Amino acid sequence: MSELRRTALFEQHEKLGAKNIGFCGWEMPVQYEGILKEHEACRNGVALFDTSHMGEFFFEGDLLSSGVNEATTVDVLALPIGKCKYGFLLNENGGVIDDLIIYKADKDRLMFVVNASRIDIDFKTIDERLHSGSFTDASDQTSKLDIQGPKAKEILQEFVPFDLDELGFFSFKESEIMNSFALISRTGYTGELGYEVYVDNKTAPLLWEKLIERGAVPAGLGARDVLRLEMGYSLYGQELDKNTTPIEAGVGFFVKYDKDFAGKAALLKQKEQGAPRKSIAFKTNSKRAPRHDMEIWQNNQKIGVVTSGTFSPCLKSGIGIGSVDSKLFDKELPLEINTGRNMQAISLEKLPFYKK
Amino acid sequence: MKRYSNEHEWAILDGEVASIGLSAYAVDQLGDITFVELPEIGTTGSKDDSIAFIESVKAASDIYTPLSGEVVEVNEDLEDTPELLNEAAETTWIFKLKVSNASEFETLMDEASYKAYIETL
Repeated sequence: MSELRRTALFEQHEKLGAKNIGFCGWEMPVQYEGILKEHEACRNGVALFDTSHMGEFFFEGDLLSSGVNEATTVDVLALPIGKCKYGFLLNENGGVIDDLIIYKADKDRLMFVVNASRIDIDFKTIDERLHSGSFTDASDQTSKLDIQGPKAKEILQEFVPFDLDELGFFSFKESEIMNSFALISRTGYTGELGYEVYVDNKTAPLLWEKLIERGAVPAGLGARDVLRLEMGYSLYGQELDKNTTPIEAGVGFFVKYDKDFAGKAALLKQKEQGAPRKSIAFKTNSKRAPRHDMEIWQNNQKIGVVTSGTFSPCLKSGIGIGSVDSKLFDKELPLEINTGRNMQAISLEKLPFYKK
Repeated sequence: MKRYSNEHEWAILDGEVASIGLSAYAVDQLGDITFVELPEIGTTGSKDDSIAFIESVKAASDIYTPLSGEVVEVNEDLEDTPELLNEAAETTWIFKLKVSNASEFETLMDEASYKAYIETL
């Protein structure tokens, strides 16, 4: 087992007494003072996450002829400059190699933001799909801080030379923070107003400390997972993987079919013939939380598995997302999960679990 | 006198009744506790049987009885306020056992040994 990698903020996490875990080859804070407190800060105040383990690629070239527009489901030609969009890098079977966000910085310039565990395969796959242009992996030089919550704007504003009100949802600006280049985007993984800030590894620790001085609560991957699940957002490796299409994962609505992309034929076929699996969202109606890989049962047979589960502090109930056999699943009949200790009744819910 | 098991339960023996709880170390590892499944009164278990269950936001764990016996009382406060364990793990008992073999108590670790044991983890 190779040694775990550390972000530029590792010392800051140590000083804050973070509890670390190995996550996709990285030693990352799972929590500082506690998941519930960090979750609460994000929903009602402001939370700060280190997500520097994630990957950033840059493309420069012709968006029409280079092949970059067909590399993923995102239509970068249709995307306005200054906007970003969520989409998928698919294999030819329509399976998800990764989910990602593509930023259009200029008519010939893009940034890709990808999951930490998928950096190498993503870079190789996209690179192979390009016929021209320059494509670089800047992950090692780039830190990423997510500041999220209703008070995120007032705290971040002091460090940003433009009015943050200019940024609409999924918009971004290339600018400066503490005299260094910074890309600031109004995006996040929590369902709250918030920003993702991309800076170099030297600036990141300074900015991190300043934001905490101003009242941002450091929050770890534990709180981040609860927050994203309350919104019903997918996580790579849980809801999404190379054997699951966006349609099967319940995120098919993010895919538009007006242009070509790798995996399109497979998705169209699945739309026409029906997908073998489908995604469901459910509550346990108790404080017991469903957990990844628990079996989902209906009609005295196993019909699927839990892909993600947690206790939701907002709903005061266990919540989960599962993948079930489309043919066996009947939304009118009672459902259960096998917790390993007992069979527990669950009830279907519409996403997001957390509604304001 | 308080003694500890390898699985991080503590026991305080008073006559033939033992109070059982979870060590502060174990609770800290679990994080914010959200749910405790208490055993039913009358449940009997042998030393190291799983007879209760605990969940935190992101983890779950069995609670193993560190002594053999019969459950005679459970801490019902934990049903509504499981966070009591985060606040005071070492003084919040989870269930009480009428022990069937008091000599098992001597096989558990004393506080100093337990402290040395968690250093090795």
